[in-house]
Amino acid sequence: MTENDARTSGASTPPDLPDVAGGPDDAPLVQLVTPAGARVTTPEADAYRERVAHLDADALRGLYRDMVLTRRFDDEATSLQRQGELGLYAQAKGQEAAQIGSGRALAPQDYVFPSYREHGVSHVRGVDPTARLRLFRGVDHGGWDPKEHNLHLYTLVIGSHTLHATGYAMGVQRDGLVGSGDPERDTAVVTYFGDGATSQGDVNEALVFAAVNNAPVVFFCQNNQWAISEPTTKQSRVPLYRRGSGFGVPSVRVDGNDVLACYAVTAEALERARSGGGPTFVEAFTYRMGAHTTSDDPTKYRSRAQEEYWRRRDPIERLENLLRAEGAWDDAFAADVEAEADALGERLRDEVRALGAPDPSTMFDHVYATPNAVVERERAWFADYQQSFEEPVAEVAR
Amino acid sequence: MSESKNLTLARAINEGLRRSLETDPKVLLMGEDIGALGGVFRVTDGLQKDFGEDRVVDTPLAESGILGTAIGLALRGYRPVCEIQFDGFIFPAYDQITTQLAKMGYRSGGALQVPVVIRVPYGGGIGAVEHHSESPEALFAHTAGLRVVSPSTPQDAYTMIQEAIASPDPVLFFEPKGRYWEKGPVDVAGRGEGATVLDRARVVRPGTDLTLVAYGPTVVTALRAAAAAEQEGRSVEVVDLRSISPLDTATVVESVRRTGRCVVVHEAPTYLGSGAEVAARVTEECFYSLEAPVLRVGGFHTPYPVAKIEHDYLPSLDRVLDAVDRAFAF
Repeated sequence: MTENDARTSGASTPPDLPDVAGGPDDAPLVQLVTPAGARVTTPEADAYRERVAHLDADALRGLYRDMVLTRRFDDEATSLQRQGELGLYAQAKGQEAAQIGSGRALAPQDYVFPSYREHGVSHVRGVDPTARLRLFRGVDHGGWDPKEHNLHLYTLVIGSHTLHATGYAMGVQRDGLVGSGDPERDTAVVTYFGDGATSQGDVNEALVFAAVNNAPVVFFCQNNQWAISEPTTKQSRVPLYRRGSGFGVPSVRVDGNDVLACYAVTAEALERARSGGGPTFVEAFTYRMGAHTTSDDPTKYRSRAQEEYWRRRDPIERLENLLRAEGAWDDAFAADVEAEADALGERLRDEVRALGAPDPSTMFDHVYATPNAVVERERAWFADYQQSFEEPVAEVAR
Repeated sequence: MSESKNLTLARAINEGLRRSLETDPKVLLMGEDIGALGGVFRVTDGLQKDFGEDRVVDTPLAESGILGTAIGLALRGYRPVCEIQFDGFIFPAYDQITTQLAKMGYRSGGALQVPVVIRVPYGGGIGAVEHHSESPEALFAHTAGLRVVSPSTPQDAYTMIQEAIASPDPVLFFEPKGRYWEKGPVDVAGRGEGATVLDRARVVRPGTDLTLVAYGPTVVTALRAAAAAEQEGRSVEVVDLRSISPLDTATVVESVRRTGRCVVVHEAPTYLGSGAEVAARVTEECFYSLEAPVLRVGGFHTPYPVAKIEHDYLPSLDRVLDAVDRAFAF
């Protein structure tokens, strides 16, 4: 622990983790719920427990619903890709607790810069499920209006958006929306990225800019153990959360499969940012249960034993275990969620299949915000070219 | 109302930046050493003192970080003007500029705008060491979504920097550092209201027999060549492109249709350079007016050479006149 490390609870990484790089070590891990569904009651966890004390049975069931819908979205999208309806899909399976826990800690005015796997976060931010798949369908490079959801578009170049988040946070500072004490005004920015991204120059530069500007930004790293086929040992010799302290950024490692712990550490980091305390680095220790994308084949580089280890730590099962342990499980509620998930699946299948290709001429739209002579000339040429193929309708009729 | 001052090109940019900072509170300057020092070329001299450290920002020494955070600030409604210290140092930011800045408006279907200006002192002739004399403008002009401009006079520098800042599109603003200290009259009362010049080429000197197309540092060279050619009875027209992307093809084509000959001059290597684009478009549109092939004068397909021989690499007056001779001899 360095003095820059944020407060952490005592629960450590399970010792039986098989061949997971950067895994078992003595790094403290914030955990509020065990895989069996028991509340962690160590004194170190107390401060974080307070941050989820207001989450009653209804709220916990709400988190469960979020996670189940995110999982179903993932499964349906994967199937749609297999059926040729999507060009590609990047699964979030296994990371639902990290995304829903952190996402539900956000205030409406907070602004999010995601990577491309944050389907749970875009669910929380109210982005239409079908819109989230437009990019993967190949009909859009984005899919939604970022300002409508306070959620930037997915960024595919690894780590680039962490700088955008930091700059945006510097803008929030200049707007006077930090440290005013008004919870409905003060604003934080969150950026999501993965273990592989921590090696990118942009992520390191973002930490530099955030630190020296004391910018209100939370660096939320989902360490899902794999950057496509490369384990975290190819990225770092130290647990990733320690990256923050070298930049003077408070850092914390959280059990990324524990939705309450993720909620709690994010809430703390957001509060620090909004109150003028500057950036925080969060490492959510989780697992990518699926492939990197539908083009990937994890059997080439990781063991079944490892997948099985993590399958037993499924974040949704953990929350179900908690709900059952606390008498908050309700079969009728579970059935309702299942029915809602079924309806979501059906809707996705129908709507995604109905997403047709845009008119080719739209490729010339929005290249520039102002009229551009080069683009307009090519647009006009292309229109003439297309028209040259059209038969004169009147003559055909004769 | 006009108020004319005799300013260096560097000072004219300084005055333009000052005016933008005064008129739009969302404008801020970012870069390495631009604050107390005023930049290594002193282009931002005195601005931090007058506008404060939050608006004239000395950044960490990281070009990708400067551009990436500028994009974030622009998304939040600010208008960042980034200084890249020297042309050859822009490449750490190349990824942010080409994969992010250029495409943000496009991929959001117009929902987002990123009005970022990138000021780049460029070009050679100043006896500098490696990476300090390059002309990488074609690399950016090749990327859709970016505007690429370069002023050649103090007046244009003053006007164009303000127009670049006001533009909702990202603009690469290439400053001919070899001309920073050349003086010219500047009307500092306004920014030439009504006359948008940012993407309008300008006929600097009229002529009837050949069109010399130039921009940035080579406009002065082209004018000297035109004056020299006049001694030999040749009437040479000089067109200052001002903008490399978009190209004001109409002005160039109108000129070449009258003169029948065209020579393009820039410091950047001619191979796949902006002169190649001008030549292709002129050939397409002026084919029946041309008396000679379109010729190019510029840098060679070599890395920028050492300072002691850079004047043999740069498009000198003699090399421009040589091309003019070849065009007439064809």
